[in-house]
Amino acid sequence: MTLRTSVPITYTSGEQIEVYRFNIPVTVGVPLLALFLQAFVPRRFPFFSIFDLPLLVTIFFAMARRNPISGLFTGAAIGLVQDMLGAYPIGIYGIAKTVVGYGASSLGAKLDVENAGARFLVTLGFYLVHQAVYFTVARGMVNLTLNWSWSRGILAGVANAFLGVFLYFALDKFKQRT
Amino acid sequence: MESVLGRYRNLTILVGVLFLQVLGLAVQVKRSAEAEHTRLIRIWAVDAITPFERVLVWGQDRSSNLWHNYFFLRGVRAENRQLKEQIEQMRLEQVRLSEDAAQARRLQSLLAFKEQFIAKTIPAQVIGSSGSDLSQSIYIDKGSDDGIAQDMAVITARGIVGKVLRVFPSTSLVLMINDQSSGVGAFLEKSRLQGVLRGSPNGELILDRVMSDEQVAPGDTLLSSGGDQIFPKGLPVGTVTKVSPGKELFLGVKVKPAADLSRLEEVLVVTERQEHEPVAESGGRVRAADILAQRLPSVPDKPATVAGATRTAENGAALQDSGNSANPQSTGASKPLAGNAMKPTGGAQATTGSNSAGSGGVHSVAAAGQPGAGEVLKKAVEKAPSADSSADQGTSNTAGSKRDNSAPKPAAAKPKTSGTQSAPQPSTNNDDTPH
Repeated sequence: MTLRTSVPITYTSGEQIEVYRFNIPVTVGVPLLALFLQAFVPRRFPFFSIFDLPLLVTIFFAMARRNPISGLFTGAAIGLVQDMLGAYPIGIYGIAKTVVGYGASSLGAKLDVENAGARFLVTLGFYLVHQAVYFTVARGMVNLTLNWSWSRGILAGVANAFLGVFLYFALDKFKQRT
Repeated sequence: MESVLGRYRNLTILVGVLFLQVLGLAVQVKRSAEAEHTRLIRIWAVDAITPFERVLVWGQDRSSNLWHNYFFLRGVRAENRQLKEQIEQMRLEQVRLSEDAAQARRLQSLLAFKEQFIAKTIPAQVIGSSGSDLSQSIYIDKGSDDGIAQDMAVITARGIVGKVLRVFPSTSLVLMINDQSSGVGAFLEKSRLQGVLRGSPNGELILDRVMSDEQVAPGDTLLSSGGDQIFPKGLPVGTVTKVSPGKELFLGVKVKPAADLSRLEEVLVVTERQEHEPVAESGGRVRAADILAQRLPSVPDKPATVAGATRTAENGAALQDSGNSANPQSTGASKPLAGNAMKPTGGAQATTGSNSAGSGGVHSVAAAGQPGAGEVLKKAVEKAPSADSSADQGTSNTAGSKRDNSAPKPAAAKPKTSGTQSAPQPSTNNDDTPH
């Protein structure tokens, strides 16, 4: 009896971490809205281009579903549509967001990412991972002459992490327990 | 094998999805080297997004029009008065500039320079952006249905914006000049120093390939050089804001774009350009010798009779006075002669010309601006008797110089210059213009 109670309970156990799902309008509508806002808002407010709403949505869905396969497919789909609207070849954002989707859902399955601090750090980390993959593919494969700016990268990462914390809390309302 | 795949199922799927995307990218990179075509998948994505953007832009414009045109009309009367005054000043300036432009055209035709004119532009509205700070591009509401094609220059009245990268039926994607992958041939207006303008990761403009021993100062204006085969020569590009030591032997020159790239609403797409040799306004060919003859002090043809000489001198004086009073800015116009002729003012004219009626606008303004001075001159010439045709034939210059022959040398040079500039080509002087 004493032995049973002394068994450590970790946050990695499936019973402790809840898996959420979303209805179809939210699954389709939220990424589309994010892509639309990303294309439209910077026209009026140029500073908004520092944010990457599609990336934040990818991280949110991946962390909530905690399923690496759905996470990577969500990331791939959102990234490819973002590529189609951009000037560069299709697939650069696709690859970067696939990696982020997979990573975020794998991390979500192992850690509690429900509190604001964890969400901030996870978003900051995945933003940098996203940029690293993007630049590697763009420079290594497509031979684009893109230059990395550390100051801008860190600033954009922090800005996205801040926005992400608020956005995730807003999107939490659409979560449905499985 | 199955157990391994089953165990690493997630990782296998990740690798598979990544592999497919890498494959797709490789195909695109290979094809783009051969021929650039817009992919159907892009057209679908753009067609799905842009209608919403159009509706929103339309709604915004309507609401802002309603506000600005009906509710917010405070201070319009004062502004109108101010603008009218500004127009008057600009008219005066235009007369002076048209004189310079005519002179430049004469010299350009002399040197068989090719002029580039923007023959046709299509106005377009900016409806969206790529939405990424890594790619500086915008969407405009005109596409292949409106005659837009790839690699057309996109400009505003203030300066260049970018080039058309992809064309869809009703929209186009414009790669702006501050994108990292774009490059614009540009030169400094003052020093004529050439360089390549590129975008930085922060969306700033950098003038590349300028050696560190070159003289570049903040405030210097940059114009397009035309070397990229996209932008016509002489369009405003931007202003140098900061000069610092760059990598290796080059300077780091930061440039502020002439057009406000972050707040674009309407742009012009240059759909047609014309290249031709400039034609001097006089209509005929001007020889270098003739221009030199105009500039240099001339020798009188024949010694005139005493009475004739006296009368000629009187007329010359009258002519000189009238010329000076009629065209006060003529002396100012005479200054920039050769310097202005070599400047790429054609581009700047072309920009404004494109909005109105091409370079023809400049010509017609020049003709309209002249008669004020021309009429005074005509009256003065009419005063001279027909017997003194030898004096009249030599234009006002000749008349002036005849008088100046008796005058001391410094005074002789003065009426010569003013005579050249204030005597307009039409009416009396057209016959005297060397052919």
